Formats: sequence, C-alpha cells, structure tokens
Amino acid sequence: MADRHPEPDSPELRARWGNFAWTEANAAKAREIVARYPAGRQRSAVMPLLDLAQRQVGAEENTQGWLPLPVMEYVATQLDMPIIRVLEVATFYTMYNIAPVGRFHVQVCGTTPCMLRGSDDILAACKAKGMKKGHTTADGLFTLTEVECMGNCASAPMVQINDDNYEDLTAERIEHILDELAAGRQPKTGTQEPGRHTVEPVGGPTSLTAMVSENHDYRGEW
Amino acid sequence: MPKVKVDGVELEVPAGATVLQACELAGKEIPRFCYHERLSIAGNCRMCLVEVKPGPPKPQASCALPASEGQEIRTDSEMVKKAREGVMEFLLINHPLDCPICDQGGECDLQDQSVAYGRGGSRYHEHKRAVTEKYMGPLIKTTMTRCIHCTRCVRFSEEIAGVDEIGALYRGETMQISTYLEKAAKHELSANVIDLCPVGALTSKPYAFEARPWELKKTLSIDVSDAIGANIRLDSRGREVLRILPRVNDDVNEEWLADRGRFMVDGLTRRRLDRPWLRRDGKLVAATWAEAFAAVASINPSASVAVVAGDLVDCETMFAAKQLAGALGSSLLEGRQTGLAYTASNLAAVAFNSTLGGIEESDAILIVGSQIRDEAPLLNARLRKAVKRGAKVFVIGPVWDTTYPATFLGEDASLLFNLPADVTEAFGAAAKPAIIIGGGALAKGALEAGLGFAERFNLVREGWNGFNVLHMAASRMGGLMLGYAQPGGLADLVAAKPRMVISLGADEVDWTKFADSMIVHIGHHGDKAAHAADVILPAAAFSEKDGTYVNTEGRVQFAERAVFAPGEAREDWTILRALADAFGVNVGFDSFEQLRAAMIAQVPALGQEGLAYYGALPAAPATADCAGTIGYPIKDPYLNNAIGRASPTLQRCSAELLHGELQAEAAE
Repeated sequence: MADRHPEPDSPELRARWGNFAWTEANAAKAREIVARYPAGRQRSAVMPLLDLAQRQVGAEENTQGWLPLPVMEYVATQLDMPIIRVLEVATFYTMYNIAPVGRFHVQVCGTTPCMLRGSDDILAACKAKGMKKGHTTADGLFTLTEVECMGNCASAPMVQINDDNYEDLTAERIEHILDELAAGRQPKTGTQEPGRHTVEPVGGPTSLTAMVSENHDYRGEW
Repeated sequence: MPKVKVDGVELEVPAGATVLQACELAGKEIPRFCYHERLSIAGNCRMCLVEVKPGPPKPQASCALPASEGQEIRTDSEMVKKAREGVMEFLLINHPLDCPICDQGGECDLQDQSVAYGRGGSRYHEHKRAVTEKYMGPLIKTTMTRCIHCTRCVRFSEEIAGVDEIGALYRGETMQISTYLEKAAKHELSANVIDLCPVGALTSKPYAFEARPWELKKTLSIDVSDAIGANIRLDSRGREVLRILPRVNDDVNEEWLADRGRFMVDGLTRRRLDRPWLRRDGKLVAATWAEAFAAVASINPSASVAVVAGDLVDCETMFAAKQLAGALGSSLLEGRQTGLAYTASNLAAVAFNSTLGGIEESDAILIVGSQIRDEAPLLNARLRKAVKRGAKVFVIGPVWDTTYPATFLGEDASLLFNLPADVTEAFGAAAKPAIIIGGGALAKGALEAGLGFAERFNLVREGWNGFNVLHMAASRMGGLMLGYAQPGGLADLVAAKPRMVISLGADEVDWTKFADSMIVHIGHHGDKAAHAADVILPAAAFSEKDGTYVNTEGRVQFAERAVFAPGEAREDWTILRALADAFGVNVGFDSFEQLRAAMIAQVPALGQEGLAYYGALPAAPATADCAGTIGYPIKDPYLNNAIGRASPTLQRCSAELLHGELQAEAAE
C-alpha cells in the first residue's frame, strides 16, 4: 500500500485520456448520482463518480479499470471542485486504482485470520501462476495485490477479484478459479467449500439448531 | 457563559469556547500542533489531551471539546502527563532527529514541546518513514520526512488563502502533503505556511541555512510593499537583514504577510546606491559627497524646485523635503507618481474608512477598479472572510481571479452611474454596505462618482463608514497628510518647469517629462529614477531608518531601524538637512528628534500611533464624471517597487509564477 503512486503525468497519458468524457449511459448515471445531494453540495458525489469513471475506463480498455490523472481532472471539473481534493480521495481509498491494472485485479487478504487459515498458500499459488505483488502479468490478465482485512474472516482465506469474493480457498481452488477466469469463464463466486452456502458453520449448525427450519422461541428455555 | 473548573480553579468562559481556550484563560499552557486560532479545528495531532470530568475515563483532545457547565478539567494530573508523553513519543517515531541541520531548529514547536512534555528518550528501534521531497515553488522549501501531518498548511490554503492547492494525499502513516502534481504554490500569501508549519517540513527557501534564530537581532518595522502597512519583524545579523516575518496585529495583518513583503528582503542588499554619483557629459560617474553637494549648490534653484515622493518613503523624509522646498520658497510637492490627480483636500474621502478589520463585517461590497490580490493581498483575505459571513461582492473592472464568489459587472467606470438592478437591490438592503475604490478607478475620476454612490446608498451611518479608497503605496496617506498633492497632480509639476526636481526614491515617474530640470535623486536602489538622475545621493531603505508610515486606513505606525545603510549612504533626513546647508537656507531642525517634533507640530496626527481622524466625508459634488475602461496599475505584483525589482527571489517568482518560465536547477 505504501507503494501506491498515481501513474505519472506524461504527454502520452494526456493524449490517451485527455479527451475522456462520460458515455451516454454513464452521463445519465452521473446526473442521477449528483442529484442525490442538495444543490451546491455536488462535491459529495465525488466517490461514486470516481467509481463510475474507473469502471468506464475499465470497460474501455477491458481491465478492472483505473483512474488516470486526466480522468480525475474530468471528475473535478464535473463537480466544480479543486483537483487536489479529488486526488486526496482517490489516493486515500485503495479501491480506486491510481495506476493501470490488468483484466482481473486479484486482491489477496493477508490479515491475521486469513493468514492463520493459509493465505500464504494462496499467495504462493498466485505467484506460481506468474503473478508478482504490485505487478500485472505480461498477458495483461492478472494484477496481484495483498490487501488488509476484507471482512470475510468466517470463510477465510479469501481473495477479491474485481467485484467478486472467493472464499474458503485452498491452493487448488484458487488455481481453478484463476484458470477459469483466464479461460474466459465465470467461476462460482463466494464460498468454494462444497455444501456451504454463505458463512454458516461448516458441517451444519452447532448452536440455535432449532432455528434452522423454522422460527423458534428460546426465551422459555434460558 | 459556562462555569468550568481548571485544575481546581473555577472560572467563567465565553459561550462556545473550547476546553483548550478555557485552559488558556486559566493561564495553563496546553501543548498543541494542529490547533491554530485562525484556522478550523482539525483535532488530529492529539497533543492537547487533558482530563475532563464528566466524560469517559480517558484523556480528551481539548481543542475539539466544547467547554460546558460544570466541567472539571485537569491539566496537571498523572494521566495527562502520561498522555502527552505518549503522543509525543508517537509523533517522534517517524520524525527524523536532524535538528542540527534543520532550519526550524531553535524556533520549532516540536523541539520545544518535546523538551517540555516528552519522555526524554525513545523506545523505538524500527525503521523510520521517509518521504520524498515535494516541489512547492521558489519560496517554500520542503523536507517532508519531518512532516507530522498537522494539516495546518492544507487548512490555511483552503480557508484563508482560498486556493485549494495543498492537499494531504494517501492515508495513515503514508500520508503526504503535496500540491497537485508538485506544481508551485502560486498564491500571493503562500509563504505563510512556513510560519504555520510547527516543524521544519516547510521552511523558507531563500533563507535556507542562512542563520539560527538566536543569532538574529529582532527589530519591529512596517511593511512597505503595499499600503496595508503590515506589521513585520526584521531579523538581522551584523549589517544585513536576513528575513522578514509578520507580527501579530489583529487590526492590520492579523498574523499574515504577503509573499512580496516577506521576500523582498534580499533586494535590500542588491543594486544599492552606496555612494554619490554625478552625471558628467551624459554619463554617471562616482563622486564624493562634497562634489555632489557642490554640484547641487551650483544650480541654485531658489523657488524653482519641486519634490516628488516615491512609494516607499517615510513621513519624516517627506516632511524634511517639504521643509527644504518651503525654505526655498516652493510648495510643488507631489507623491502620486503615475499622474493621478484626484482631489485630496478632504482626507476622509481618500482613506479606507471601514478599516481592515471592519470590512469583514460588511455585507455588500462594490470594488471599483482594484485588483485586490495584487494591490493589497491581505485585504483580499479580509474580503474572503466577509464573503464567508454572507457578504455579496461586485466588481467593476477587468476580470481577475477572486478567491471568493464575486460578480463582475463590466470594465467601464461609468457603470457606477447605471448599476444593474440586483446591485442596487443588494446595497439597498445591506446593513453595512461598502465601496472600495482602487487606483485603476481613481485614474478614471471615480472618486466623485464614488462619493455620489456613498450618498445614494447611505454608506455612512451610525457606527459604520463604508467609503473606502485603497491605495497601493506605503507612503501615500502620509504624503497626502503632509500636502504631497497638487490639484493637477504630477502634471502641475511638469507645467511649472522647475529648475530642480528632488526625487525621494520616486522610481515610478516618467522622468522624460522633466528633461529640462536637474534631477536630484535621493534613493536607495539603482532603479528607474537613478537612470534619469543628474545627481544621485544615496539614502537609506526602510530597514535602515526610523520612520513613520500611514497605511491606507490612516493608521499611523512607527518603524525602527534594523541595520545601517551600506557604504556612504546616509539616512534621508540627514541628506536633506545637508542640502539645506548647501543652499544656505534654514529648515528648522538639526536632529531627528527636532525633525519629528516639527512634523508633529505641523501634523499632530502623525505623532499619535493608531487611526488618524480625518473628519466627515465631503458632500458629493452635484455633477460627477467618470468614464473609460478601467485598467489595473500593477502589472507585476512581485516587481512593483525598487526593492522588489532588485530581489532575486521575487524576480524568480515573477519569472516562474507569472510568466511560467521553468528554471532548471543544476544537479548538485
């Protein structure tokens, strides 16, 4: 995270993104987002608009999307706010990519619960696929980042790839997911544990068992 | 008015005060880094922790906690001591221990407070964070590894300067203060962040590694770069003034100073006139004082003499020259070098009557012909405050980049007579309406029309005077008080064809008009007037003489001498006294005290520090005529006086910030 830096401002960057403008659909969406806030408070919309811009960039170059400086400047003009305030927001939140990323942005959680459950193996599996932390693979498919807790500790270890979470991973499962993605197929999202739906206890409920099929009033039994 | 107890002492504090302010009222010192009286509260340094009951059983940040009835505040408990030590230890984790090579050393909040409130040792053995330098322009030197993330600079540029150019990028430990793409900070008050920075992260670039604060002699003075009269402190060592810092004066400059006033200091040692010069066969040649006086005396002008006062001179110099001219029988005195000829018979009509503090309370302001950011940067900060309180601002004149919402009505001065309906409506409804007439409008004769405007909208009412003229020269009000104004302005002097013209540092005059006169230049810089002069008598700059200055409000202020003038240069009044001997006339003073006494006898207001009273506004003339496209007189705000033009720092500011030249620095 400490190594995040915006893609340097260069004539090539200006040439590529200097003419960035909303697509028709996104322009309508942007108007709708800005209209959520009181008049004169349009800068409150900076976060959703940056996200929208990142997605539009992603759609244009078939990646997860990122925010080139001219695109941030475009958002700043749209919201009539100083560019430095936009840059502050974009650099603060790691969900905004401020440098180019690949088609799939693999964010491996390495915080304690995931680490205890084997996130090191997940990282090793990713690296075995040719990925390197903070870099994009040569084919432009995968960018690997190690991130802090994503709130899926009950189904650790997990990775987030673009908008989807993949949980209960093992080295084999992540390999399968990456292969599927590379082949252009959409693997199952969420938990990868067979028989598990979300984050319910593995092997069936151990407490509040009477509540599984129907509502049950426990109060009399306390 | 809540009653609180601070360390067992009960006291009443104003409603809305914070716990920190309550502690200060009780005489307790609360250490702080991010909190600053004139900025919004951030509460992110945590240094001001105190113990407060009732409340959670943990230390509270006093800067962001409102004082409320019945609070018991402790600033001396064990908990507070431990909390401060802890915060200090955290702040020092990433702060480099490079005080010996840091320019802030000796005047550093972090240094002082770690001595007073720290543990005295570190338990931290890991690597410290390092941050790359950030370019912030020719004035601000950055060492961002030293930054403790107080965000004072960010808040200053957003709130006071009104230009969002500095921001805090990234987050947490990796947070970095930077301008967008490391462009130079371009605002005319930008260097105030150097004073605000509590550590050595932002320091003065031209002053880098020049001196330590304890080596410097501190002299109280007045800024002469504009007519605001900001209170400054000259820090000098030996014969050289090394830096200029603002002093706190809530009525004038609060605690800010414009960049050009701060950085013209290195102009004081360059391009100086340090010996007399005489023009022989069209060329200036070095001379002795005796030769120079002999040359001046050889042309005995008797009554055919005129005096033109420059923008930087003090009242004493102007008075001495006036006495000299008077003794010779002349009263051809003028200070408005560019030829302005507004009526100066009633000084109330040419003063900034609302006062600089008062204009903040105005709720409708019409600016006529003034580019305030160039002409009086500190006034612009005041106007921004007024706008924040809800004032509406209208401007007649070419469009400039205000730092607050303002409506530009047009460029023609005649708009004063036919204002749009929304303007008249706003002024009709305003409780404290004000007009500010600048030099650009005075040139188009807008003074009378402005008086008409004042009468029409009743600008002078109980407890309020909204009629303001904004001057640009530090000497202007003093000059007008001393009679440096001819009915026809400088043209009267030209028409009189005097045999001798005495220039008191008058560098803005078109001297070709005085081609037939002998031009005696008493000045301190080899600037425009020196090129035209026949005799150059080297004099003292504002830092080298005691003097009285009157700012645009009519506020009389005294400046003191910090150093002596270089070489053979002498204080201006002594030169004028010697000239009187050369001409064989009596000017009535032999010492500076006698001169000042004589001046005060003639104009008593000049002896009284503070606002001079000029009486009531004159009635508006029945007919007023003003028309023409307004142009702003200051073409280059960094190089608008002789000292500024000699300053390499301001030359670089002008080249880089105004003209966009990039100055490549050689690799070291």
